[in-house]
Amino acid sequence: MWSFFHKLGSPPWMYRISGTILTWLLPVTIVLLAWGAIWGLLYAPEDFRQGNSYRIIYIHVPASAISLAGYYVMAIAGATSLIWKMKMADIAMRCAAPIGAAFTFLGLLSGAIWGKPTWGTYWVWDARVTSMLVLFFLYVGVLALYEAWDDEALGAKAAAVLSLVGTVNIPIIYKSVDWWFSLHQPATIKFTEAPSMHMDMFQPLLLMIVAFYCLFTCSLLLSMRSEILRRESTTGWVRKLLLGEGAGAV
Amino acid sequence: MQFDSFADALEMAGHGPYVWSVYAVALLVIVGLLVIPQVRKQRIMRDTLGQIKRREREEAERASGT
Repeated sequence: MWSFFHKLGSPPWMYRISGTILTWLLPVTIVLLAWGAIWGLLYAPEDFRQGNSYRIIYIHVPASAISLAGYYVMAIAGATSLIWKMKMADIAMRCAAPIGAAFTFLGLLSGAIWGKPTWGTYWVWDARVTSMLVLFFLYVGVLALYEAWDDEALGAKAAAVLSLVGTVNIPIIYKSVDWWFSLHQPATIKFTEAPSMHMDMFQPLLLMIVAFYCLFTCSLLLSMRSEILRRESTTGWVRKLLLGEGAGAV
Repeated sequence: MQFDSFADALEMAGHGPYVWSVYAVALLVIVGLLVIPQVRKQRIMRDTLGQIKRREREEAERASGT
């Protein structure tokens, strides 16, 4: 266990292993995304109440779910970097922030567009929507705080603290549809119950959620690889890597 | 297939513009998430390689000069 932890903290090991993972995860992700999108858009049955507009769910739910999961990743990485001063955790936190922000943006935007035909308005200041907007600002805040200091280590510490404080928002988002009267429909998928959705509609949704998890992982690993290279640019292993393979390779 | 024709799929009984615009934005975000880090990596690799070569050239010049 400790040796694994140790390896995880080693930049050359992480760079190499992430490259190996990406060579198969990247094509798998693209296939899953295309498969799920085509299934959801063209083959899943029409909703009897919402018509075709419900097809937005295949983007909206996965994007929103990943924006929450991504926040956990960022906050746990932030805590790890604060407690153990682990370089790799700091890199993971820094790289997760813009990716999480992108997923949150997609979740909010797809929700707004879905709102128009369903609720009659693009935006409501409702508990779920507002707490998701707060999540978006948290991601942007972590990123801004990170960049605000000339001293990178200080910025990393401040950003890690903000990401930890921000975790208080996550249960609020989850519970917002139950705690407050809301226009937003309750969760479609629950761990404890069968999904409130027909199987023919549910299967592509599940596929898209898996695909979006893979997408998050791919994007995170890709960003981490470039951040590792940037921070390790003066080390021997990077020199060997670059001179051995040429700038165009990898 | 739920739709009889291509036009039907685009139209989606009036919901087409909403659904397709969401999927278009999603495509942009997905491409961005996968391409931006790779472009950044290429740039970093190029810059780092330039730095390494410059440093080694300078070292070689210093060594031959003295």
